[in-house]
Amino acid sequence: MNANEIYDRIKNRFPDGVLEFKADAVVDPFVVVRPELIRDIAAFVSSDPDLKFDFLMSLSGMDFNDGNLGVVYHLSSIENRHRIVLKAKLPKADAQIPSVESVWKSANWHEREAFDLFGIVFQGHPDLRRILLPDDWEGHPLRKDYKAQEYYRGMKVPY
Amino acid sequence: MAELRTEEMVLNMGPQHPSTHGVLRVELVVDGEVVVDAIPHIGYLHRCFEKHAEVMSYQQIVPYCDRMDYLGSMNNDHAYVLGVEKLLNIQVPQRVEYIRVIMAEFQRIASHLVSIGTYGLDIGAFTPFLFCFRDREMILDLFEMTCGARLLYNYMWPGGLSHDLPPGFVEKARAFIKHFRPAIKELNELLSYNEIFVKRTANVGVLPADIAINYGASGPTLRGSGVKWDLRKCEPYSVYDKFDWDIVVGTGEMGTLGDCWDRYMVKVWEIEQSLRIIEQALDTLPEGDVQAAIPKRVRPPVGEVYVRSESPRGELAYYIVSDGSQKPYRVKGRAPSFSNLSLLPEISRGYLIADMIAIIGSVDITLGDVDR
Amino acid sequence: MHNFITYYIGAGFWGSLVSSIIPLVFILPFALVAIWLELKISAHMQDRVGPMRTGKWHGWAQPLADVTKLIQKEDIIPAAADKALYILAPALVFVGAYAAYAAIPFSPAYIGSNINLGIFYIVAVSALVVIGILMAGWSSNNKWSLLGAMRTAAQLVSYEIPSSLAILAVVMVAGSLNLNDICAAQSGWFWNWFVFGKFPFLFITFIIYFIASLAETNRSPFDIPEAESELVAGYHTEYSGMRFAFFYLAEYANMFVVAAVAAVLFFGGWNSPFGTFLSGPVWGVFWLIGKGMVLVFIQIWLRWTLPRFRVDQLMYLSWKILTPFALVNIFAVGLWVVLRG
Repeated sequence: MNANEIYDRIKNRFPDGVLEFKADAVVDPFVVVRPELIRDIAAFVSSDPDLKFDFLMSLSGMDFNDGNLGVVYHLSSIENRHRIVLKAKLPKADAQIPSVESVWKSANWHEREAFDLFGIVFQGHPDLRRILLPDDWEGHPLRKDYKAQEYYRGMKVPY
Repeated sequence: MAELRTEEMVLNMGPQHPSTHGVLRVELVVDGEVVVDAIPHIGYLHRCFEKHAEVMSYQQIVPYCDRMDYLGSMNNDHAYVLGVEKLLNIQVPQRVEYIRVIMAEFQRIASHLVSIGTYGLDIGAFTPFLFCFRDREMILDLFEMTCGARLLYNYMWPGGLSHDLPPGFVEKARAFIKHFRPAIKELNELLSYNEIFVKRTANVGVLPADIAINYGASGPTLRGSGVKWDLRKCEPYSVYDKFDWDIVVGTGEMGTLGDCWDRYMVKVWEIEQSLRIIEQALDTLPEGDVQAAIPKRVRPPVGEVYVRSESPRGELAYYIVSDGSQKPYRVKGRAPSFSNLSLLPEISRGYLIADMIAIIGSVDITLGDVDR
Repeated sequence: MHNFITYYIGAGFWGSLVSSIIPLVFILPFALVAIWLELKISAHMQDRVGPMRTGKWHGWAQPLADVTKLIQKEDIIPAAADKALYILAPALVFVGAYAAYAAIPFSPAYIGSNINLGIFYIVAVSALVVIGILMAGWSSNNKWSLLGAMRTAAQLVSYEIPSSLAILAVVMVAGSLNLNDICAAQSGWFWNWFVFGKFPFLFITFIIYFIASLAETNRSPFDIPEAESELVAGYHTEYSGMRFAFFYLAEYANMFVVAAVAAVLFFGGWNSPFGTFLSGPVWGVFWLIGKGMVLVFIQIWLRWTLPRFRVDQLMYLSWKILTPFALVNIFAVGLWVVLRG
């Protein structure tokens, strides 16, 4: 299946869940979906026999630098050999999105990473802790407006 | 006896433990010697790759990619430059592609040798470790001859290579292959089919295929569970589709499909496949310039690319977002070890502490890759 | 020689002291030689050359340098350790290994103590090592050490059974527990050795004894109490400097004890392999140590070849394979002795 067909299939199932589809994007086409529905969409695309996206390759946080954070899901199907990119935009002030950990276990650590580096809160995640940075680190470094803290436990941070 | 009250003990394994292959910390909840739960704690080697990448030009990032998975530097570079080239939409000369594949496959062999050797060490066999390192040394010599570095190469650049192959490389590479084939046989006799080794690894840490996929496992970890999935064949990149080779998968020959032995053995078999690829690539190596297509200044159009490649540890991907400037807007490294390690709790519950070592070793992680 | 010493110095305190120090004079150089051998043999097995610089000729002084380093090192006692036990443990382990030398017949003329229960004494005294290791693991106040100590206790107690049963088979044939008598019973050419006698039963006995002895000395493939890649050196993780050296020394001393016992029980002890050729009290020392060293070499060889067992597999091997075999073997040997004399 190519990106257009995948988009149609998701659109048919979630008419108001899909916000945007960019088929001519450089280089990978992507689908922007409503963040509230992401878990339902995830459950659908992973179980639908034609789509069968059983492999969550990557889950990345994003800072769109327009007041929005985002989560990008790169999905692939081992059985059907196709892939798609899903995106969800969240307001920076209240960055919350349902967790897809129940659908793909690989999301567990990737969501923790996005939480750690972007401060995106994944609702329903079983164990949302910082993963790469120390537990008592302040701020979320990959946000574009991030300022490193002056001192971390007495050690000077910016060098 | 059934009412005998026992207490669970929390055992801290790492970050300075000889068998965690780096600074990994695993919090083990044990009942006697039986592992009740294992919670990996990572981040001790976090070097802010993604943050660094945001303030550097596209070419400057290559050395940082080297340092992600320091045992598979060539493969890291390969994936990254493929991504940048895709974003720029440039075609590189065939010779470049061939040399890249040769280097990537040599790197895969070197990386698997470390993995196999240290795995023997984990199980208590010291000698195969040194045999593996002896052979890896020869590959490093080839790399050194090519680009002057033995571990972190900065060899592949967007659009080309830093150097062409030096004179004598092809002969030396062939000589290595000739020496190395019998060495694999020797390794198999000494370690792979050793009765004790098989006893220690078969039926331990069994990973069913569906769980492996669900956890995003890839590479030998996934293939050990019998899933025929290798990006070099399933989504061919570079010139991998020009060579004749096979995807090897775990067979469950010694125990259950997807046990530690299968994951281990897949790596040994993969080495043989890599040798096949290298031999064909050396035979058909085209002539040409390797630096012709290197752009002076890289300004990709606004867009994004997610480029997947098969590193020694599995699916290594870079998600590169461009905003049209000289610096990438965001680079995310999708590290194979990261996802592979996340399934550790799933496959280690109910085994012994000694098995825990075997399981961690068989999943084959590089902490530089996990923590980035 | 014991008689010789006591004749001149008297059977009192000084006589006993001199007589008992002689094994120590042997152990220390032996440990150094064995460590050097281990370094070189492992190196050559692994396509390396091993130490080559210290002392010019093939790094012969490397163990000396190591020991000097260990002596100079700071002796660290963890703050939370049980101090008294922590200090006592390495001594006890070494005593266990050292005391066994008292009953080893180095030559027809020299045996530390020619008691009638020689082999029984060695088995008993070696068990001290378990207590020492348990103490070390417990007193270190380190979970890894404790695990190592518990493994050791389980392992040594389990393997004492097949090893004792194997010894018993020899004792039945020789009719004595005295090691000198056992040696004497194998005099003559090498086909009189017990390892070839009552074929194949005593040969099987030897195999059982040798495997069990590897486990008793915590050598690979049974080195799970130490298992540096699992338990980070197990019971002696927290030890440093001289106390660590004691564990080290005890390990090598122990290796030779089990090798010497195997040589005495199965390979004729101080007997020359060629009848009366090259035999005698002085050659006896040579033959016993030589045979012991060959077995020590095999121990080293195995260590650098084989992977390590897992705890449960180790127990399985002891209780379900070695012990039943040893029992059947005893029965067969007994039958042979009764029927054929």
